[in-house]
Amino acid sequence: MYVAVKGGERAIDNAHAWLAEERRGDTSVAELSLAQIREQLALAVNRVMAEGSLFDPDLAALAIKQSRGDLIEAIFLIRAYRTTLPRFGYTLPVETGAMACDRRISATFKDAPGGQVLGPTFDYTHRLLDFKLAAEGEAVEAPTSAPRTEPTPHITEFLQGEDIIEREPSSDAQPGDLTREPMAFPADRSVRLQSLTRGDEGFILGMAYSTQRGYARNHAFVGELRIGTVAVEMEIPELGFAIEIGEVELTECETVNQFKGSKTVPPQFTRGYGLVFGQSERKSIAMALVDRALRWKELGEDNLGAAAQDEEFVLSHSDNIQATGFLEHIKLPHYVDFQSELELVRKLRREAAEAVEQMAAKEAAE
Amino acid sequence: MNTTFSAEDRKSWMGLLASADDARLADLWRAFDHEPAFDWLRAPEAGGVMVRGRMGGSGAPFNLGEMTVTRCALSLTDGTVGHGYVQGRSKAKAEMAAKIDALMQTDAADTLRAMILTPLQEERAAAKEARASKAAATKVDFFTMVRGED
Repeated sequence: MYVAVKGGERAIDNAHAWLAEERRGDTSVAELSLAQIREQLALAVNRVMAEGSLFDPDLAALAIKQSRGDLIEAIFLIRAYRTTLPRFGYTLPVETGAMACDRRISATFKDAPGGQVLGPTFDYTHRLLDFKLAAEGEAVEAPTSAPRTEPTPHITEFLQGEDIIEREPSSDAQPGDLTREPMAFPADRSVRLQSLTRGDEGFILGMAYSTQRGYARNHAFVGELRIGTVAVEMEIPELGFAIEIGEVELTECETVNQFKGSKTVPPQFTRGYGLVFGQSERKSIAMALVDRALRWKELGEDNLGAAAQDEEFVLSHSDNIQATGFLEHIKLPHYVDFQSELELVRKLRREAAEAVEQMAAKEAAE
Repeated sequence: MNTTFSAEDRKSWMGLLASADDARLADLWRAFDHEPAFDWLRAPEAGGVMVRGRMGGSGAPFNLGEMTVTRCALSLTDGTVGHGYVQGRSKAKAEMAAKIDALMQTDAADTLRAMILTPLQEERAAAKEARASKAAATKVDFFTMVRGED
């Protein structure tokens, strides 16, 4: 029960003023600029864009500054902002096969056409703190080599040639849109993917990890992981043709999973898919594993009762803004609720005490 | 006065303007040094578009998330209509894009191409090549391992 309570305005104003002062911190330390956050905390910016579900690095940098680096608070700010934007339309599906790849690796094919391109990765670093970064250093310049000019093909294309992996049925069906209609179950795969790509990285990671540990294990290989930019095109009604309206950085993960076959269909690998805004590698791999686990029904697998197979469980709990809203509201005044509970418990205790007294009186009388 | 151009041409310059750097476009526009008279058909407004992906990269579409876009439309005094559709929230950038789109349909096309579009195109290609060159340097070459044979 929510009851409007007056009072506290001065305390709230002063609390917010102090928040602003604390946000700025020690004024003898230079203030952070949005450009610094955008350029130097790019992976935090990417996470805020992915889970805020809005690709705009400057806005994400502002949200991170405003939230003092609390990324869920920053995501909240972005989600709130995006509801104020008029929707101009839907883009054509991006062509990830035409991605300008900064990174492209396969854990399944060493000699994949296009090669294993590591990109700016943390992999193979020693995870030792680098104290050189504590001091201001010279700008580092990355080595270069003759660039690849042709597009890098998807690795699953090669497997599809042999029909040894399931085909993604090509279609132009209108996908569901969570920002327009609320989630309903059973959810189709388009809605599941939209929900997973903006879901909390920690939650999706935990769910994916649970499948690896044996709760609906699906034996995933990273068939391909690619990070880079793709052009975004949209049909413009007033022009009568599609134009490029910008570019977004994406991370795409395709998993090659345990095969299945039957008397009529020869054994075939299955697939999971992850696609996330920005350089968000952990998230996209986790998304692909959870996508695959949630596909059990359409692939005719058994329901093992695992959490990662339960779409109601996964999709209803993956959104960190819904979760934090409900979780954190319990710290707000619930004086009246609590008052009624308090009275109820007191009444129950009084009744219990009276019952004991009556019992004692009865025994004494006997 | 309108000159001939193909839809493909127009698509290409609008795409180039959409992802141009705001500050760089403003510099080039200033150097062009010609402010055409115009009327708004649609004043600049910032909004969002829902970006779509495909399942497995090639299957059925799904909604990935939104991106910010600013759009506007204007008409020059001779009636030529220009549209601006640009990434981000800069109304100034959308306005420049719409003016360029309109002027590209007039006699100013060659000058604009030389002063704005070609530099943007070249800088974009150079930036892409620079990134591709760095990526290429991180390509694993499994066949250059020293095998101790020589």
